[in-house]
Amino acid sequence: LAPWAPVVGLEIHAQISSNSKLFSGSQVQFAAPPNSLVSFFDASLPGTLPVLNRRCVEAAVMTGLALNCSINKKSLFDRKHYFYADLPAGYQITQQRVPIAVNGCLSYSLCIDSKMSQMVTKTVRIKQIQLEQDSGKSLHDDTRSQTLVDLNRAGVGLMEVVMEPDVCCGEEAAAAVRELQLILQTLGSSQAVMAEGQLRVDANVSVHHPGEPYGVRTEVKNINSIRFLAKAIDYEIQRQIEELENGGTILNETRAFDSKLGCTVPMRDKEGKQDYRFMPEPNLPPLILYDTKSLPANMNHQQVINIDWIHERLPDLPSVKRKKLVEKYGILPEHSFTLLNEDGLAEFFESVVKRTQMKPKKVIGWILNDLLSYLKQHSLTVKESPVSSFLLGDLLNLLEKKEISSTAAKQVFAELWKGEGKTPLEIVKEQKLGLLQDQKELEQICQAVIDGQENE
Amino acid sequence: QKVSVEVLDHLEHLALVDFRDSEGVERLHKAIQFADQLHEVNTDGVEPMDSVLEDRCLYLREDDVTEGNCTKELLENAREKVEEYFVAPPGNIPLPKLEERETFLQGS
Repeated sequence: LAPWAPVVGLEIHAQISSNSKLFSGSQVQFAAPPNSLVSFFDASLPGTLPVLNRRCVEAAVMTGLALNCSINKKSLFDRKHYFYADLPAGYQITQQRVPIAVNGCLSYSLCIDSKMSQMVTKTVRIKQIQLEQDSGKSLHDDTRSQTLVDLNRAGVGLMEVVMEPDVCCGEEAAAAVRELQLILQTLGSSQAVMAEGQLRVDANVSVHHPGEPYGVRTEVKNINSIRFLAKAIDYEIQRQIEELENGGTILNETRAFDSKLGCTVPMRDKEGKQDYRFMPEPNLPPLILYDTKSLPANMNHQQVINIDWIHERLPDLPSVKRKKLVEKYGILPEHSFTLLNEDGLAEFFESVVKRTQMKPKKVIGWILNDLLSYLKQHSLTVKESPVSSFLLGDLLNLLEKKEISSTAAKQVFAELWKGEGKTPLEIVKEQKLGLLQDQKELEQICQAVIDGQENE
Repeated sequence: QKVSVEVLDHLEHLALVDFRDSEGVERLHKAIQFADQLHEVNTDGVEPMDSVLEDRCLYLREDDVTEGNCTKELLENAREKVEEYFVAPPGNIPLPKLEERETFLQGS
Protein backbone atom coordinates (compact mmCIF):
# COMPACT_ATOMS: atom_id res chain seq x y z
CA LEU A 1 0.00 0.00 0.00
CA ALA A 2 1.39 3.39 -1.00
CA PRO A 3 2.09 5.73 1.92
CA TRP A 4 -0.30 8.59 2.65
CA ALA A 5 0.91 12.15 3.12
CA PRO A 6 -1.52 14.21 5.21
CA VAL A 7 -1.67 17.95 4.53
CA VAL A 8 -2.99 20.45 7.07
CA GLY A 9 -3.59 24.15 6.46
CA LEU A 10 -4.51 26.16 9.54
CA GLU A 11 -6.62 29.32 9.65
CA ILE A 12 -6.45 31.10 12.97
CA HIS A 13 -8.67 33.94 14.14
CA ALA A 14 -7.21 35.90 17.04
CA GLN A 15 -9.32 38.53 18.78
CA ILE A 16 -7.40 41.76 19.07
CA SER A 17 -6.79 42.93 22.62
CA SER A 18 -8.23 46.45 22.50
CA ASN A 19 -10.63 48.59 24.51
CA SER A 20 -13.01 49.24 21.65
CA LYS A 21 -14.03 47.53 18.45
CA LEU A 22 -12.40 47.59 15.02
CA PHE A 23 -14.71 50.12 13.41
CA SER A 24 -16.74 51.50 16.31
CA GLY A 25 -16.33 52.85 19.82
CA SER A 26 -18.27 50.18 21.69
CA GLN A 27 -16.44 48.21 24.33
CA VAL A 28 -14.72 44.86 23.87
CA GLN A 29 -15.46 42.63 26.83
CA PHE A 30 -16.21 38.97 27.46
CA ALA A 31 -19.46 37.95 29.18
CA ALA A 32 -21.34 41.24 29.43
CA PRO A 33 -25.16 41.54 29.47
CA PRO A 34 -26.47 40.69 25.99
CA ASN A 35 -26.50 43.53 23.47
CA SER A 36 -25.07 46.01 25.96
CA LEU A 37 -21.80 46.52 24.09
CA VAL A 38 -23.39 47.34 20.75
CA SER A 39 -23.31 50.66 18.93
CA PHE A 40 -25.64 51.70 16.12
CA PHE A 41 -22.91 50.80 13.62
CA ASP A 42 -22.49 47.33 15.12
CA ALA A 43 -26.23 46.79 14.78
CA SER A 44 -25.93 47.91 11.17
CA LEU A 45 -28.47 50.70 11.48
CA PRO A 46 -28.66 52.84 8.34
CA GLY A 47 -26.59 56.00 8.26
CA THR A 48 -23.66 54.61 10.24
CA LEU A 49 -20.10 54.35 8.94
CA PRO A 50 -16.95 52.42 9.93
CA VAL A 51 -14.13 54.35 11.64
CA LEU A 52 -10.86 52.40 11.94
CA ASN A 53 -9.35 51.86 15.40
CA ARG A 54 -5.63 52.74 15.44
CA ARG A 55 -4.80 50.22 18.17
CA CYS A 56 -6.12 47.36 16.00
CA VAL A 57 -3.82 48.35 13.15
CA GLU A 58 -0.84 48.50 15.52
CA ALA A 59 -1.70 45.04 16.87
CA ALA A 60 -1.75 43.62 13.34
CA VAL A 61 1.56 45.29 12.43
CA MET A 62 3.22 43.96 15.62
CA THR A 63 1.96 40.47 14.90
CA GLY A 64 3.08 40.66 11.27
CA LEU A 65 6.56 41.77 12.30
CA ALA A 66 6.83 39.06 14.96
CA LEU A 67 5.93 36.47 12.31
CA ASN A 68 8.57 37.79 9.90
CA CYS A 69 5.99 39.09 7.42
CA SER A 70 6.30 41.86 4.89
CA ILE A 71 4.02 44.63 6.01
CA ASN A 72 2.00 46.05 3.13
CA LYS A 73 2.34 49.81 3.30
CA LYS A 74 -0.94 50.03 1.41
CA SER A 75 -3.68 47.56 2.27
CA LEU A 76 -7.37 47.57 1.35
CA PHE A 77 -10.69 46.69 2.95
CA ASP A 78 -13.36 44.57 1.27
CA ARG A 79 -16.86 43.33 1.94
CA LYS A 80 -17.52 39.61 2.17
CA HIS A 81 -21.26 38.99 1.74
CA TYR A 82 -23.29 36.22 3.31
CA PHE A 83 -26.53 36.05 5.24
CA TYR A 84 -26.60 34.99 8.86
CA ALA A 85 -28.57 36.27 11.84
CA ASP A 86 -25.42 37.28 13.76
CA LEU A 87 -24.10 39.36 10.85
CA PRO A 88 -26.58 42.23 10.79
CA ALA A 89 -25.02 44.07 7.83
CA GLY A 90 -25.17 40.98 5.60
CA TYR A 91 -21.45 41.36 5.00
CA GLN A 92 -18.20 41.27 6.96
CA ILE A 93 -15.53 43.93 6.42
CA THR A 94 -12.28 42.07 5.79
CA GLN A 95 -9.09 42.34 3.73
CA GLN A 96 -9.34 39.93 0.84
CA ARG A 97 -7.37 41.60 -1.97
CA VAL A 98 -4.45 43.24 -0.21
CA PRO A 99 -4.10 42.30 3.47
CA ILE A 100 -1.93 44.15 5.97
CA ALA A 101 0.87 41.52 6.15
CA VAL A 102 2.07 38.68 3.89
CA ASN A 103 4.75 36.02 3.49
CA GLY A 104 5.96 35.31 6.98
CA CYS A 105 7.03 32.24 8.89
CA LEU A 106 6.58 30.75 12.33
CA SER A 107 9.16 28.46 13.95
CA TYR A 108 8.06 25.96 16.55
CA SER A 109 9.57 22.98 18.31
CA LEU A 110 8.49 19.39 18.76
CA CYS A 111 9.80 16.71 21.10
CA ILE A 112 11.04 13.72 19.15
CA ASP A 113 10.44 11.38 22.04
CA SER A 114 8.05 11.36 24.95
CA LYS A 115 10.80 12.07 27.46
CA MET A 116 11.22 15.59 26.06
CA SER A 117 14.93 15.10 25.72
CA GLN A 118 15.25 15.73 22.02
CA MET A 119 13.66 18.67 20.29
CA VAL A 120 13.39 19.42 16.61
CA THR A 121 12.58 22.81 15.08
CA LYS A 122 10.00 23.13 12.33
CA THR A 123 8.62 26.06 10.41
CA VAL A 124 5.26 26.84 8.92
CA ARG A 125 4.90 29.61 6.34
CA ILE A 126 2.43 32.38 7.00
CA LYS A 127 0.50 33.25 3.86
CA GLN A 128 -1.03 36.43 5.21
CA ILE A 129 -2.52 38.29 8.15
CA GLN A 130 -5.68 40.30 7.60
CA LEU A 131 -7.78 42.60 9.74
CA GLU A 132 -11.48 41.76 9.88
CA GLN A 133 -14.65 42.08 11.95
CA ASP A 134 -15.91 39.38 14.27
CA SER A 135 -19.59 38.39 14.05
CA GLY A 136 -22.12 38.34 16.85
CA LYS A 137 -23.06 35.20 18.74
CA SER A 138 -25.95 32.89 17.98
CA LEU A 139 -27.50 30.80 20.73
CA HIS A 140 -29.53 28.00 19.25
CA ASP A 141 -32.74 27.20 21.09
CA ASP A 142 -33.83 23.98 19.47
CA THR A 143 -36.83 23.46 21.78
CA ARG A 144 -38.47 26.70 20.68
CA SER A 145 -37.03 26.44 17.18
CA GLN A 146 -35.37 29.84 17.31
CA THR A 147 -31.97 31.47 17.54
CA LEU A 148 -31.14 34.14 20.10
CA VAL A 149 -28.67 36.72 18.85
CA ASP A 150 -26.22 38.71 20.97
CA LEU A 151 -24.26 41.35 19.04
CA ASN A 152 -21.73 42.17 21.78
CA ARG A 153 -19.05 40.40 19.78
CA ALA A 154 -20.14 41.86 16.44
CA GLY A 155 -17.44 44.18 15.14
CA VAL A 156 -14.68 43.16 17.55
CA GLY A 157 -11.33 43.30 15.73
CA LEU A 158 -9.81 40.03 14.53
CA MET A 159 -6.47 39.16 13.01
CA GLU A 160 -6.88 36.21 10.69
CA VAL A 161 -3.58 34.36 10.36
CA VAL A 162 -3.60 32.14 7.28
CA MET A 163 -0.90 29.46 7.19
CA GLU A 164 0.37 27.55 4.19
CA PRO A 165 -0.34 23.79 4.35
CA ASP A 166 3.08 22.94 5.81
CA VAL A 167 1.77 21.02 8.79
CA CYS A 168 1.23 17.29 8.52
CA CYS A 169 -0.34 16.05 11.74
CA GLY A 170 -2.16 16.98 14.93
CA GLU A 171 0.98 17.19 17.05
CA GLU A 172 2.63 19.68 14.69
CA ALA A 173 -0.54 21.76 14.47
CA ALA A 174 -0.84 21.88 18.26
CA ALA A 175 2.79 22.92 18.68
CA ALA A 176 2.54 25.60 15.99
CA VAL A 177 -0.67 27.06 17.45
CA ARG A 178 0.77 26.95 20.96
CA GLU A 179 3.81 28.93 19.82
CA LEU A 180 1.58 31.43 18.01
CA GLN A 181 -0.48 31.77 21.18
CA LEU A 182 2.64 32.49 23.24
CA ILE A 183 3.82 35.07 20.69
CA LEU A 184 0.47 36.85 20.68
CA GLN A 185 0.39 36.90 24.48
CA THR A 186 3.94 38.21 24.66
CA LEU A 187 3.15 40.97 22.16
CA GLY A 188 -0.13 41.73 23.90
CA SER A 189 -1.84 41.96 20.52
CA SER A 190 -4.25 39.23 21.62
CA GLN A 191 -4.78 37.46 24.93
CA ALA A 192 -5.41 34.38 22.79
CA VAL A 193 -7.39 32.45 25.40
CA MET A 194 -9.10 29.67 23.44
CA ALA A 195 -11.66 28.99 26.13
CA GLU A 196 -12.96 32.56 25.81
CA GLY A 197 -13.08 32.44 22.05
CA GLN A 198 -10.14 34.83 21.68
CA LEU A 199 -8.30 32.27 19.58
CA ARG A 200 -10.22 30.13 17.10
CA VAL A 201 -8.62 27.58 14.83
CA ASP A 202 -10.01 25.95 11.72
CA ALA A 203 -8.09 23.14 10.06
CA ASN A 204 -8.17 22.29 6.36
CA VAL A 205 -7.24 18.62 6.05
CA SER A 206 -6.51 16.42 3.04
CA VAL A 207 -4.42 13.35 2.24
CA HIS A 208 -2.61 12.28 -0.91
CA HIS A 209 0.13 9.94 -2.09
CA PRO A 210 3.51 11.68 -2.30
CA GLY A 211 4.18 12.78 -5.86
CA GLU A 212 0.48 12.97 -6.70
CA PRO A 213 -1.65 16.13 -6.56
CA TYR A 214 -3.28 17.22 -3.29
CA GLY A 215 -6.48 15.41 -2.35
CA VAL A 216 -9.90 16.96 -1.71
CA ARG A 217 -9.87 18.87 1.54
CA THR A 218 -12.39 19.19 4.34
CA GLU A 219 -12.60 22.09 6.73
CA VAL A 220 -12.78 21.18 10.40
CA LYS A 221 -14.34 23.72 12.78
CA ASN A 222 -15.58 23.94 16.35
CA ILE A 223 -12.26 23.11 17.98
CA ASN A 224 -12.12 24.53 21.49
CA SER A 225 -8.67 23.72 22.79
CA ILE A 226 -5.18 22.92 21.58
CA ARG A 227 -5.56 19.35 22.78
CA PHE A 228 -8.76 18.92 20.76
CA LEU A 229 -7.04 20.51 17.75
CA ALA A 230 -4.54 17.65 17.63
CA LYS A 231 -7.28 15.06 18.16
CA ALA A 232 -9.58 16.53 15.53
CA ILE A 233 -6.86 16.67 12.91
CA ASP A 234 -5.57 13.17 13.58
CA TYR A 235 -9.12 11.79 13.53
CA GLU A 236 -9.91 13.51 10.23
CA ILE A 237 -6.67 12.29 8.63
CA GLN A 238 -7.49 8.74 9.70
CA ARG A 239 -11.10 9.05 8.53
CA GLN A 240 -10.02 10.23 5.10
CA ILE A 241 -7.40 7.50 4.72
CA GLU A 242 -9.90 4.81 5.67
CA GLU A 243 -12.54 6.23 3.36
CA LEU A 244 -10.14 6.33 0.42
CA GLU A 245 -8.68 2.90 1.10
CA ASN A 246 -12.22 1.51 1.10
CA GLY A 247 -12.74 2.96 -2.35
CA GLY A 248 -14.79 5.95 -1.17
CA THR A 249 -14.34 9.63 -1.96
CA ILE A 250 -13.83 12.71 0.19
CA LEU A 251 -16.43 15.47 -0.07
CA ASN A 252 -15.26 19.08 -0.03
CA GLU A 253 -17.31 19.86 3.06
CA THR A 254 -17.20 21.54 6.43
CA ARG A 255 -17.10 19.25 9.43
CA ALA A 256 -17.44 19.99 13.12
CA PHE A 257 -15.34 18.31 15.79
CA ASP A 258 -17.43 16.56 18.41
CA SER A 259 -15.25 16.55 21.50
CA LYS A 260 -17.44 14.08 23.38
CA LEU A 261 -17.29 11.47 20.64
CA GLY A 262 -13.78 12.41 19.54
CA CYS A 263 -14.74 12.51 15.89
CA THR A 264 -15.67 14.93 13.11
CA VAL A 265 -19.22 15.13 11.76
CA PRO A 266 -20.63 16.96 8.74
CA MET A 267 -21.85 20.40 9.76
CA ARG A 268 -25.46 21.23 9.26
CA ASP A 269 -26.73 24.29 7.46
CA LYS A 270 -23.87 24.72 5.03
CA GLU A 271 -25.50 25.71 1.76
CA GLY A 272 -22.97 24.28 -0.66
CA LYS A 273 -20.12 26.37 -2.02
CA GLN A 274 -20.52 29.95 -0.89
CA ASP A 275 -20.18 32.85 -3.29
CA TYR A 276 -19.17 35.78 -1.13
CA ARG A 277 -19.36 38.39 -3.90
CA PHE A 278 -16.30 40.26 -2.61
CA MET A 279 -16.30 43.97 -3.37
CA PRO A 280 -14.14 46.88 -2.20
CA GLU A 281 -15.46 48.54 0.97
CA PRO A 282 -16.66 51.83 -0.49
CA ASN A 283 -16.54 53.71 2.83
CA LEU A 284 -12.87 53.17 3.64
CA PRO A 285 -9.88 54.57 1.75
CA PRO A 286 -6.72 52.44 1.54
CA LEU A 287 -4.82 51.96 4.80
CA ILE A 288 -1.41 53.58 4.42
CA LEU A 289 1.42 52.71 6.80
CA TYR A 290 4.78 54.46 6.95
CA ASP A 291 8.34 53.76 7.94
CA THR A 292 11.05 56.16 8.99
CA LYS A 293 12.04 56.83 5.39
CA SER A 294 8.57 57.50 4.06
CA LEU A 295 7.26 59.39 7.09
CA PRO A 296 5.40 62.50 5.91
CA ALA A 297 6.71 65.72 7.40
CA ASN A 298 3.59 67.63 8.24
CA MET A 299 1.11 65.01 9.35
CA ASN A 300 -0.56 64.84 12.73
CA HIS A 301 1.42 62.03 14.39
CA GLN A 302 -1.77 60.52 15.82
CA GLN A 303 -2.79 59.78 12.24
CA VAL A 304 0.49 58.13 11.33
CA ILE A 305 1.58 54.57 11.99
CA ASN A 306 5.36 54.05 11.69
CA ILE A 307 6.29 50.41 11.14
CA ASP A 308 9.93 50.99 12.21
CA TRP A 309 8.81 52.64 15.45
CA ILE A 310 6.72 49.56 16.24
CA HIS A 311 9.55 47.21 15.26
CA GLU A 312 11.97 48.91 17.64
CA ARG A 313 9.56 48.43 20.52
CA LEU A 314 8.74 44.74 20.01
CA PRO A 315 9.34 42.78 23.21
CA ASP A 316 11.55 39.66 23.29
CA LEU A 317 9.65 36.88 21.57
CA PRO A 318 9.39 33.44 23.26
CA SER A 319 12.20 32.00 21.13
CA VAL A 320 14.52 34.82 22.21
CA LYS A 321 13.44 34.52 25.85
CA ARG A 322 14.22 30.79 25.79
CA LYS A 323 17.65 31.36 24.33
CA LYS A 324 18.41 33.96 26.98
CA LEU A 325 17.30 31.61 29.77
CA VAL A 326 19.54 28.85 28.44
CA GLU A 327 22.51 31.19 28.08
CA LYS A 328 22.07 32.97 31.39
CA TYR A 329 21.31 30.00 33.60
CA GLY A 330 22.90 27.05 31.80
CA ILE A 331 19.64 25.10 31.69
CA LEU A 332 18.70 22.77 28.84
CA PRO A 333 16.66 24.01 25.84
CA GLU A 334 13.79 21.68 26.72
CA HIS A 335 13.73 23.21 30.21
CA SER A 336 13.32 26.65 28.70
CA PHE A 337 10.33 25.38 26.76
CA THR A 338 8.60 24.13 29.88
CA LEU A 339 9.38 27.36 31.71
CA LEU A 340 7.70 29.45 29.03
CA ASN A 341 4.86 27.02 28.55
CA GLU A 342 3.44 27.72 32.02
CA ASP A 343 2.24 31.23 32.66
CA GLY A 344 4.51 32.82 35.27
CA LEU A 345 6.86 29.85 35.69
CA ALA A 346 9.90 31.52 34.13
CA GLU A 347 9.47 34.53 36.43
CA PHE A 348 9.07 32.18 39.41
CA PHE A 349 12.27 30.34 38.47
CA GLU A 350 14.26 33.56 38.12
CA SER A 351 12.90 34.81 41.42
CA VAL A 352 14.05 31.63 43.20
CA VAL A 353 17.47 31.79 41.56
CA LYS A 354 17.88 35.34 42.86
CA ARG A 355 17.01 34.31 46.37
CA THR A 356 19.20 31.24 46.68
CA GLN A 357 22.87 30.36 46.37
CA MET A 358 21.93 27.06 44.76
CA LYS A 359 23.06 26.84 41.15
CA PRO A 360 20.29 27.48 38.58
CA LYS A 361 20.99 24.06 37.04
CA LYS A 362 19.95 22.49 40.34
CA VAL A 363 17.11 24.90 41.00
CA ILE A 364 15.50 24.00 37.67
CA GLY A 365 15.03 20.43 38.88
CA TRP A 366 13.00 21.66 41.83
CA ILE A 367 10.93 23.93 39.62
CA LEU A 368 10.17 21.42 36.89
CA ASN A 369 9.92 18.22 38.92
CA ASP A 370 8.67 19.21 42.33
CA LEU A 371 6.81 22.49 41.98
CA LEU A 372 5.33 21.86 38.56
CA SER A 373 4.14 18.34 39.32
CA TYR A 374 2.44 19.55 42.51
CA LEU A 375 0.76 22.35 40.56
CA LYS A 376 -0.41 19.94 37.88
CA GLN A 377 -1.70 17.41 40.41
CA HIS A 378 -3.83 20.07 42.04
CA SER A 379 -4.73 21.87 38.79
CA LEU A 380 -3.23 25.14 39.98
CA THR A 381 -1.57 27.89 38.05
CA VAL A 382 1.80 29.30 39.11
CA LYS A 383 0.03 32.38 40.45
CA GLU A 384 -2.10 30.15 42.71
CA SER A 385 0.90 28.27 44.12
CA PRO A 386 0.75 27.99 47.93
CA VAL A 387 4.55 27.87 47.88
CA SER A 388 5.95 31.27 46.91
CA SER A 389 9.31 31.75 45.23
CA PHE A 390 10.58 33.22 48.50
CA LEU A 391 9.68 30.14 50.52
CA LEU A 392 11.18 27.82 47.93
CA GLY A 393 14.31 29.97 47.80
CA ASP A 394 14.69 29.74 51.58
CA LEU A 395 14.18 25.97 51.48
CA LEU A 396 16.81 25.53 48.79
CA ASN A 397 19.23 27.61 50.84
CA LEU A 398 18.86 25.21 53.77
CA LEU A 399 19.60 22.36 51.41
CA GLU A 400 22.53 24.14 49.81
CA LYS A 401 24.06 24.93 53.19
CA LYS A 402 23.67 21.25 54.04
CA GLU A 403 21.47 22.03 57.03
CA ILE A 404 19.03 19.41 55.76
CA SER A 405 19.29 16.40 53.49
CA SER A 406 17.57 16.30 50.12
CA THR A 407 15.07 13.76 51.46
CA ALA A 408 14.25 16.11 54.29
CA ALA A 409 13.95 18.96 51.81
CA LYS A 410 11.26 17.04 49.92
CA GLN A 411 9.43 16.52 53.19
CA VAL A 412 9.59 20.21 54.00
CA PHE A 413 8.33 21.01 50.52
CA ALA A 414 5.34 18.73 51.01
CA GLU A 415 4.63 20.52 54.29
CA LEU A 416 5.01 23.96 52.70
CA TRP A 417 2.51 22.90 50.10
CA LYS A 418 -0.20 22.81 52.77
CA GLY A 419 0.09 26.58 52.76
CA GLU A 420 -0.17 26.94 56.54
CA GLY A 421 2.13 29.94 56.55
CA LYS A 422 5.12 28.23 58.20
CA THR A 423 8.60 29.00 56.97
CA PRO A 424 10.98 26.20 55.94
CA LEU A 425 13.10 26.81 59.04
CA GLU A 426 10.07 26.48 61.30
CA ILE A 427 9.08 23.20 59.68
CA VAL A 428 12.62 21.83 59.98
CA LYS A 429 12.64 22.67 63.70
CA GLU A 430 9.13 21.26 64.24
CA GLN A 431 9.84 17.97 62.54
CA LYS A 432 13.43 17.80 63.73
CA LEU A 433 14.70 17.41 60.19
CA GLY A 434 17.91 19.32 60.75
CA LEU A 435 21.18 17.59 59.86
CA LEU A 436 23.48 17.39 62.77
CA GLN A 437 26.71 19.15 62.03
CA ASP A 438 28.22 19.01 65.47
CA GLN A 439 31.04 16.41 65.47
CA LYS A 440 30.81 15.75 69.20
CA GLU A 441 27.06 15.20 69.17
CA LEU A 442 27.40 12.77 66.26
CA GLU A 443 30.10 10.84 68.09
CA GLN A 444 27.89 10.59 71.16
CA ILE A 445 25.01 9.19 69.13
CA CYS A 446 27.19 6.69 67.30
CA GLN A 447 28.74 5.60 70.58
CA ALA A 448 25.28 5.13 72.07
CA VAL A 449 24.24 2.94 69.15
CA ILE A 450 27.40 0.87 69.42
CA ASP A 451 26.92 0.56 73.18
CA GLY A 452 23.35 -0.47 72.60
CA GLN A 453 24.46 -3.21 70.20
CA GLU A 454 27.03 -4.52 72.65
CA ASN A 455 24.34 -4.86 75.30
CA GLU A 456 22.21 -7.18 73.21
CA GLN B 1 -25.24 38.61 -24.76
CA LYS B 2 -27.97 37.47 -22.40
CA VAL B 3 -27.49 36.48 -18.80
CA SER B 4 -28.47 32.81 -18.33
CA VAL B 5 -31.37 31.66 -16.19
CA GLU B 6 -28.87 29.79 -13.98
CA VAL B 7 -27.00 33.01 -13.20
CA LEU B 8 -30.23 34.92 -12.57
CA ASP B 9 -31.41 32.18 -10.22
CA HIS B 10 -28.00 32.16 -8.52
CA LEU B 11 -28.20 35.94 -8.00
CA GLU B 12 -31.70 35.69 -6.59
CA HIS B 13 -30.45 33.13 -4.05
CA LEU B 14 -27.34 35.06 -3.13
CA ALA B 15 -28.69 38.55 -2.90
CA LEU B 16 -32.38 37.88 -2.33
CA VAL B 17 -33.22 40.24 -5.15
CA ASP B 18 -36.33 39.57 -7.18
CA PHE B 19 -36.05 40.21 -10.89
CA ARG B 20 -39.83 39.87 -10.89
CA ASP B 21 -40.44 39.99 -14.64
CA SER B 22 -38.77 40.26 -18.06
CA GLU B 23 -38.57 44.05 -17.64
CA GLY B 24 -36.44 43.58 -14.53
CA VAL B 25 -34.08 41.27 -16.40
CA GLU B 26 -33.94 43.68 -19.33
CA ARG B 27 -32.95 46.46 -16.93
CA LEU B 28 -30.11 44.23 -15.73
CA HIS B 29 -28.95 43.68 -19.32
CA LYS B 30 -28.96 47.40 -19.98
CA ALA B 31 -26.94 48.04 -16.82
CA ILE B 32 -24.33 45.49 -17.92
CA GLN B 33 -24.18 47.04 -21.36
CA PHE B 34 -23.68 50.46 -19.82
CA ALA B 35 -20.81 49.22 -17.61
CA ASP B 36 -19.22 47.29 -20.51
CA GLN B 37 -18.39 50.64 -22.13
CA LEU B 38 -15.45 50.70 -19.75
CA HIS B 39 -13.83 48.02 -21.93
CA GLU B 40 -13.50 50.54 -24.78
CA VAL B 41 -10.83 52.40 -22.85
CA ASN B 42 -7.26 51.15 -23.12
CA THR B 43 -6.15 50.63 -19.54
CA ASP B 44 -2.81 48.90 -20.21
CA GLY B 45 -0.35 49.81 -17.48
CA VAL B 46 -2.95 51.77 -15.48
CA GLU B 47 -3.57 50.89 -11.79
CA PRO B 48 -7.27 50.09 -11.38
CA MET B 49 -9.14 52.56 -9.24
CA ASP B 50 -11.67 50.88 -7.00
CA SER B 51 -12.61 53.83 -4.85
CA VAL B 52 -12.94 57.55 -5.37
CA LEU B 53 -11.54 57.77 -1.86
CA GLU B 54 -8.15 56.38 -2.84
CA ASP B 55 -6.32 59.65 -2.25
CA ARG B 56 -8.15 60.45 0.95
CA CYS B 57 -6.57 59.82 4.29
CA LEU B 58 -8.02 56.92 6.25
CA TYR B 59 -8.87 58.45 9.61
CA LEU B 60 -7.55 56.51 12.63
CA ARG B 61 -9.59 56.62 15.79
CA GLU B 62 -8.11 56.45 19.32
CA ASP B 63 -8.92 53.21 21.17
CA ASP B 64 -11.46 54.72 23.59
CA VAL B 65 -14.87 53.38 24.56
CA THR B 66 -17.33 56.02 23.39
CA GLU B 67 -20.50 54.12 22.48
CA GLY B 68 -22.69 51.18 23.34
CA ASN B 69 -24.88 50.72 26.39
CA CYS B 70 -28.08 51.32 24.47
CA THR B 71 -29.69 47.88 24.67
CA LYS B 72 -33.18 49.26 25.15
CA GLU B 73 -33.02 51.51 22.12
CA LEU B 74 -31.65 48.77 19.89
CA LEU B 75 -34.26 46.25 20.96
CA GLU B 76 -37.05 48.70 20.17
CA ASN B 77 -36.44 47.82 16.53
CA ALA B 78 -36.89 44.11 17.12
CA ARG B 79 -40.18 42.48 16.25
CA GLU B 80 -39.43 39.71 18.70
CA LYS B 81 -37.09 39.61 21.62
CA VAL B 82 -36.30 37.26 24.48
CA GLU B 83 -34.79 38.79 27.58
CA GLU B 84 -32.53 41.26 25.66
CA TYR B 85 -31.61 38.92 22.87
CA PHE B 86 -32.77 39.43 19.31
CA VAL B 87 -34.79 36.48 18.05
CA ALA B 88 -34.13 34.91 14.68
CA PRO B 89 -35.34 31.74 12.96
CA PRO B 90 -33.34 28.60 13.80
CA GLY B 91 -31.24 28.90 10.63
CA ASN B 92 -31.10 30.60 7.30
CA ILE B 93 -34.28 30.13 5.31
CA PRO B 94 -32.97 29.80 1.77
CA LEU B 95 -34.96 30.78 -1.26
CA PRO B 96 -36.72 27.64 -2.56
CA LYS B 97 -35.13 26.03 -5.63
CA LEU B 98 -36.10 27.33 -9.06
CA GLU B 99 -38.44 24.38 -9.69
CA GLU B 100 -40.19 24.92 -6.40
CA ARG B 101 -40.99 28.60 -6.47
CA GLU B 102 -43.27 30.77 -8.48
CA THR B 103 -41.04 32.92 -10.62
CA PHE B 104 -41.18 34.07 -14.20
CA LEU B 105 -37.64 32.72 -14.54
CA GLN B 106 -39.18 29.27 -14.75
CA GLY B 107 -40.75 30.00 -18.07
CA SER B 108 -37.50 31.35 -19.57
